[in-house]
Amino acid sequence: MGTWGARAPPLAVAALLLLAVVVAAQDTERIEGSAGDVLEDDPVGRLKVYVYELPTKYNKKMVAKDSRCLSHMFAAEIFMHRFLLSSAIRTLNPEEADWFYTPVYTTCDLTPWGHPLPFKSPRIMRSAIQFISKRWPYWNRTEGADHFFVVPHDFGACFHYQEEKAIERGVLPLLRRATLVQTFGQKDHVCLKEGSITIPPYAPPQKMKTHLVPPETPRSIFVYFRGLFYDTANDPEGGYYARGARASVWENFKNNPLFDISTDHPPTYYEDMQRAVFCLCPLGWAPWSPRLVEAVVFGCIPVIIADDIVLPFADAIPWEEIGVFVAEDDVPKLDTILTSIPMEVILRKQRLLANPSMKQAMLFPQPAQPGDAFHQILNGLARKLPHGKDVFLKPGQKVLNWTEGPRGDLKPW
Amino acid sequence: MMKSLLPQSQLRRSSVATAARSAAGGDGSAADGGGGAGAGAKAPASSTFWFLLHALCCLISLFLGFRFSRLLFFLLFSTTALYHSTTSSSSAAVLRATTTTTTTTTTTTTTTNTFTLSFAAANPPPSNPANRTALEAAAAGADKGGTSGNPQSHVVVGRHGIRIRPWPHPDPVEVMRAHQIMERVQEEQRRWYGVKEPRQVLVVTPTYSRAFQALHLTGLLHSLRNVPYPLTWIVVEAGGSTNATASLLARSGLTFVHIPFPDRMPHEWADRHATENRMRIHALRAIRERKMDGVVVFADDSNVHSMELFDEVQKVQWMGAVSVGILAHTGTAEQPRLSEEEKQNMPLPVQGPACNSSGHLAGWHTFNSLPFSGKTATVVGEAAPVLPKGLEWAGFVLNSRMLWKDAEGKPDWVKDLDAVGENGEEIENPLNLLNDPSSVEPLGNCGKKVLLWWLRVEARADSKFPQGWVIEPPLDVVVPAKRTPWPETTTELPSELLEDKQEQDDRRLSRANKSSRPRSTTKRQGKEN
Repeated sequence: MGTWGARAPPLAVAALLLLAVVVAAQDTERIEGSAGDVLEDDPVGRLKVYVYELPTKYNKKMVAKDSRCLSHMFAAEIFMHRFLLSSAIRTLNPEEADWFYTPVYTTCDLTPWGHPLPFKSPRIMRSAIQFISKRWPYWNRTEGADHFFVVPHDFGACFHYQEEKAIERGVLPLLRRATLVQTFGQKDHVCLKEGSITIPPYAPPQKMKTHLVPPETPRSIFVYFRGLFYDTANDPEGGYYARGARASVWENFKNNPLFDISTDHPPTYYEDMQRAVFCLCPLGWAPWSPRLVEAVVFGCIPVIIADDIVLPFADAIPWEEIGVFVAEDDVPKLDTILTSIPMEVILRKQRLLANPSMKQAMLFPQPAQPGDAFHQILNGLARKLPHGKDVFLKPGQKVLNWTEGPRGDLKPW
Repeated sequence: MMKSLLPQSQLRRSSVATAARSAAGGDGSAADGGGGAGAGAKAPASSTFWFLLHALCCLISLFLGFRFSRLLFFLLFSTTALYHSTTSSSSAAVLRATTTTTTTTTTTTTTTNTFTLSFAAANPPPSNPANRTALEAAAAGADKGGTSGNPQSHVVVGRHGIRIRPWPHPDPVEVMRAHQIMERVQEEQRRWYGVKEPRQVLVVTPTYSRAFQALHLTGLLHSLRNVPYPLTWIVVEAGGSTNATASLLARSGLTFVHIPFPDRMPHEWADRHATENRMRIHALRAIRERKMDGVVVFADDSNVHSMELFDEVQKVQWMGAVSVGILAHTGTAEQPRLSEEEKQNMPLPVQGPACNSSGHLAGWHTFNSLPFSGKTATVVGEAAPVLPKGLEWAGFVLNSRMLWKDAEGKPDWVKDLDAVGENGEEIENPLNLLNDPSSVEPLGNCGKKVLLWWLRVEARADSKFPQGWVIEPPLDVVVPAKRTPWPETTTELPSELLEDKQEQDDRRLSRANKSSRPRSTTKRQGKEN
């Protein structure tokens, strides 16, 4: 935008553009990430995706067995499949496809309490890949480098909920060349592969919309948080859960009237977030949480306490300008940090959050709407095109080792 | 630095821990002085000390296992190495690695872990090259690498200390700053989502001089001072303007127009209603003459208004109606006793617009005064409920341009103000100003929000309120203070005080009587009295 003004000699044109920028800046600001102003890009026409047809035991039968998969925070994998089936970028001709999608739901094996068990997921994934590599030639052509998978579990394709075990396993060997679309993101972590696309966890858009309050309701809570500080079941002494950060928040600020924090489950949770200026989003057992989505949708500035976290669509959304990042070591100074943010910075963050395209990019609405998370994933995939030279393998060349990994993973499913 | 250890309670739990803490205390808790203290612990140690320590550890390991004592020694020997520049990271990293392995056992290892991690936490994140070598060493050492697996990362998996600052209480300066931030955020919210162009509020208040006038006007005054919009208070006073009212208005700090009304306020409630209506019309005529621009709100002096009312009335186009809560049950000695059934069937004591399902005005909900018939006050100051008569003006707001002779866009369902009351008919309520009352806009979420309350409270006819609320002559004693003897109150004082002060009584009596100084004369005077 600015370059046109530089080239056009008449001052009037430059002045007009300046005026437009100023006017636009007053209401809501355009959100530009490192990849540019891409939040509102339309992926149609920029890429073609071929959806493999897998037997229903990989997808539909799992949902039929437990329909809670459709409403928990890992539901993105299911809704992405449904979106792609009816999207304009889907192609039925695999020869012209840029990307290949395998609809396998690896996070739908739930305990009675609703927690997904990842123990069979490596085998399920392996079995799915074996299926597509035998039925179609496209996997072997690239060994998966032009395939993408949605793996929304705690640590992505490491398929374990305990971080140490997940690190030990690493990303599933067969997925080493594929693009992973996952919620987990942490810099320099084994479970975040180079070239992965981080997405927000699923939060029910309809439910959030029904709890909206009028935007002129004054924000009278300074800092808001509802959730666990100590996971007494799994980590009674504290220090393990959330690397001690949540416990530190509680111990330092339980007496502080500016901090409305507790383990309550109030029915007015969404309404309260809309009356707060800052919402804490500390890590839990994994660094990501639906709290970020809720904070963005309700206009509450997210205070992210998770060292080295990679937030959703990090190349499209400039998170440093929108949220406040606090190092886990700095949690005792959280009140000083938050009260010393300059006023213009806070107001700018609120303006950015008020941008409807920002809120839309965090949601998975049914049916899909322009600018939503589904489209952001497709935009991310489109930005990776055209495929590089090392994507297509020479005939007979093999990179992946099919027998790599723990022995338990090699069992058929 | 500011770090302390949370699980002091856990440390206290086992006697082991206290021993451990004392042994490693010098190098454990304080981050900075750790190295020096560690070295210090070692320097004056004699062989007997080490022998005793060894014995202690043997005893401990009898109870709690070999690992603890091994780890303790490891710590003691490695502390000196900790604070050297490059090698420190290696031992710190190794310490971190050991914490992950020892998490498998229970209580003792947690205690060691906590102060072990005081080192880890205390160390600033080591620079990358040092870290890489350290971690390679750690990995080679067959202890599970606690880090995220990549040499560049400094985020460590495993148990961490819970960082608490020494004084975890709010700092008042920061609290003030937070409140300033919130105020500014709310101001910005108002600017974005609130009223875009705030209009002036013209408040019409009929009043007259009586005991409770100052009370009511003071309350209304404070409400109006808090209204965040430009405001003009139009006060119409029956019986002519009084100095008391004029000075109250002048002191208020508000822009006001004080209009005298020639007629005196009658004593009967029915007549008072009618006179007030005429006073309001008089005020509307004044608005018309002066071409005042804004939203007209009818604020009776005894009513109570919420701040949301003034925000809501900014939305009015020509004429709006809000819901008014009718407080009719106050100020009465005997209230009409209602049966349970009557209470259930009582309609809401609210006057307001009633909407149909599409949000349009369908009719009016008025106050039902049937249960009170015959028991209401007729004379001002009577001890009985005072009820509204028909629709109260307080529930309506107007755009002042509706009153002007010529205003653009003035709808034709508005009567011209001069034509109103021409034939001497009573203007009961603002709907009489319209040709077609169905165009009134319902405000306050279609009347769902009660924005103000109607109340009529006046002093009883037999009450003796001081004129102008100035007490002259000064208040006399009703109940004497205990230790101050008053004249002529000897009979009321308790007996012990009488005994104490009998001598001083004479002197004090004379002083009160303002007699002369010389003692002889006062005594004489006192005795004479």
